[in-house]
Amino acid sequence: MTTLIYDGTFEGLLTAVFEIYEHRLQHIKIEKGEWLATALFEDVIKVHTDDKRAGRVLQGLQKRLSAGAMQRLYAVHMAGMEGEDINIIGYIRYVIDSVQNVEEDYGNRYVLRLAEMVRMIRREKHRMEAFIRFQKLQDETFYSAIEPDFNILPLLGKHFKNRYTDQKWIIYDMRRNYGLFYNLHAIEFIALDFSTTRPDNVISTYTEDESLYQNLWKNYFHSVNIPARKNTKLHMRHIPKRYWRFLTEKI
Amino acid sequence: MNEERITEKLNILADAAKYDVSCSSSGSKRKNENKGLGNASNGICHTYTEDGRCVSLLKILLTNHCIFDCAYCVSRSSNDIKRAAFTVQEVVDLTINFYRRNYIEGLFLSSGIFKDADYTMERLVRVAKKLRTEHKFNGYIHLKSIPGASDELMREAGLYADRLSINLEIPTEAGLKLLAPEKNRQDMIKPMGFLNNEIIQHTEEKQLFKKAPMFAPAGQSTQMIIGATPETDQQVLYTSNYFYKSFNLKRVYYSGYVPVINDNRLPALHTSVPMVRENRLYQADWLMRFYGFKVNEIVDQQNPHLDLDIDPKLSWSLRNLQVFPIDINTADLQLILRVPGIGVQSAQKIVSARKFGRLDWEQLKKIGVALNRAKYFITCNSSKFERRDLTGNAIKQYILAQSQSKYLKNSVTQLNLF
Repeated sequence: MTTLIYDGTFEGLLTAVFEIYEHRLQHIKIEKGEWLATALFEDVIKVHTDDKRAGRVLQGLQKRLSAGAMQRLYAVHMAGMEGEDINIIGYIRYVIDSVQNVEEDYGNRYVLRLAEMVRMIRREKHRMEAFIRFQKLQDETFYSAIEPDFNILPLLGKHFKNRYTDQKWIIYDMRRNYGLFYNLHAIEFIALDFSTTRPDNVISTYTEDESLYQNLWKNYFHSVNIPARKNTKLHMRHIPKRYWRFLTEKI
Repeated sequence: MNEERITEKLNILADAAKYDVSCSSSGSKRKNENKGLGNASNGICHTYTEDGRCVSLLKILLTNHCIFDCAYCVSRSSNDIKRAAFTVQEVVDLTINFYRRNYIEGLFLSSGIFKDADYTMERLVRVAKKLRTEHKFNGYIHLKSIPGASDELMREAGLYADRLSINLEIPTEAGLKLLAPEKNRQDMIKPMGFLNNEIIQHTEEKQLFKKAPMFAPAGQSTQMIIGATPETDQQVLYTSNYFYKSFNLKRVYYSGYVPVINDNRLPALHTSVPMVRENRLYQADWLMRFYGFKVNEIVDQQNPHLDLDIDPKLSWSLRNLQVFPIDINTADLQLILRVPGIGVQSAQKIVSARKFGRLDWEQLKKIGVALNRAKYFITCNSSKFERRDLTGNAIKQYILAQSQSKYLKNSVTQLNLF
């Protein structure tokens, strides 16, 4: 068993795959981040991200996968799901070791696992498209804070830019501490310093009619409920509790 | 805007609109090309009420004043309730401000009939027109087409709305006569036919000229109330089938009757809502639209009602055991779709995956097949499969004994068996 430690980037991961082939490694573990002292007792390789080596693995993948499958692979890695790097590497190795395109070989555990992860990411993205609640600030910017399970913020830009072309907006990932800011022309990545501007402090910068529409929305939400059909289980399945604190109607 | 007054109006007119179950915001392809506000594409459910239903659109009545006295309707003229009416501007402001905060996908506007059909329809169209032209709003708009309104107004509505709908409400003509004597079924069917022709014509124009205007791109839908009148599931599903086939409807919605009024023509006030039946009807509807089933395979003279204990696909399989078992590694997609426990996604995955090698039970389970049901009907790359010659009834009992169905607790007969 060999442990590979890489820097967490996609290029780093591809370099790690290159090393696996170069050293003909069979059983591996993969970890992100710093060289840990505890790792000294094991067989450890520190992966130095190398664009050339990563590029060769990328080329090999591009030859064997469709453009769509490449995008999905990239998105799955970017999402940063805990403990899944080993499955991503398993998938890459299976693709490279196969002669034909195996992206639809759902009988293979890695292909199936990747499909499952893609579905989880899509669902989280879709949930954010549904559950984001903008609050209108005095400078006419619409602000929203979220805490998605995975790192899917970059996947949200296109949807919100197409929809809200004529208003400035911010979507901020509180857990990963960065956000998207649309300035009426383009989207920028931003990081806010909440040591001076606390996130719950935005209320003081609401526009006048913000609380009016929040109250109207809450009222609407309660008016459309049919008590005779109460179904708490179904309700909870559709909006799990961890999302509630960002939903105007559930606060 | 007077906050108290608008809040009260919203409460009254949202409450009155909630029995219309249509919530879909999909099926349109309206793009935000004019640097305006919003777009409409695949549909998003922005929240869910405590009854587990999705909230996608701002669903309100323009007014709940109504000249009709339909027994099943909470807004019937003889019902002593608070009445209210929005102005056109109020609806526009609510829609735009809710939309900008990402609360909704758009507007679903319906109305009680005040004065006459044309007068009402004209108001609905005016709201849609204002949103589209003055506010460059490209979000989803669903308008009710009011039975008896003129063709010109219907056509104008189609130019601004994504979807139009007329609710049949009662599945049969006799039922409608009983509960809504002032309404005429032909008045509902006529505009459906007119709009269907307009949609077909505009679609053809759109294929020739890219710039041709869109006309109700998300099509038409309708709704039937279930359990207010004594129709069988066969009558309900044959009616749906007729409307799908003849008018190209995008959806038929089934709304379990919620007792709101004491009237001896209707189920009593504390009767429970037929939610299981409603669910089985939707499952049957899906079988017709996505699984290639014909309506007479789901219900017929011998089986006029859907089995409430098990889903309609399993019912069909148990009546047609001669079709099974099928070999998952060779059978056509159409046949795999007919196996209980296999959905559209799993079926497609199976057909893709088996090109790379024969599939076994473990792989089928991972792909997402519900083996507890499917195992009686398939064979795969394994020497283990159901060899006993079980009767349909025996299979049903085995499956029910194992299942965690959300409905079993409601079914007294099932519990008594053990």
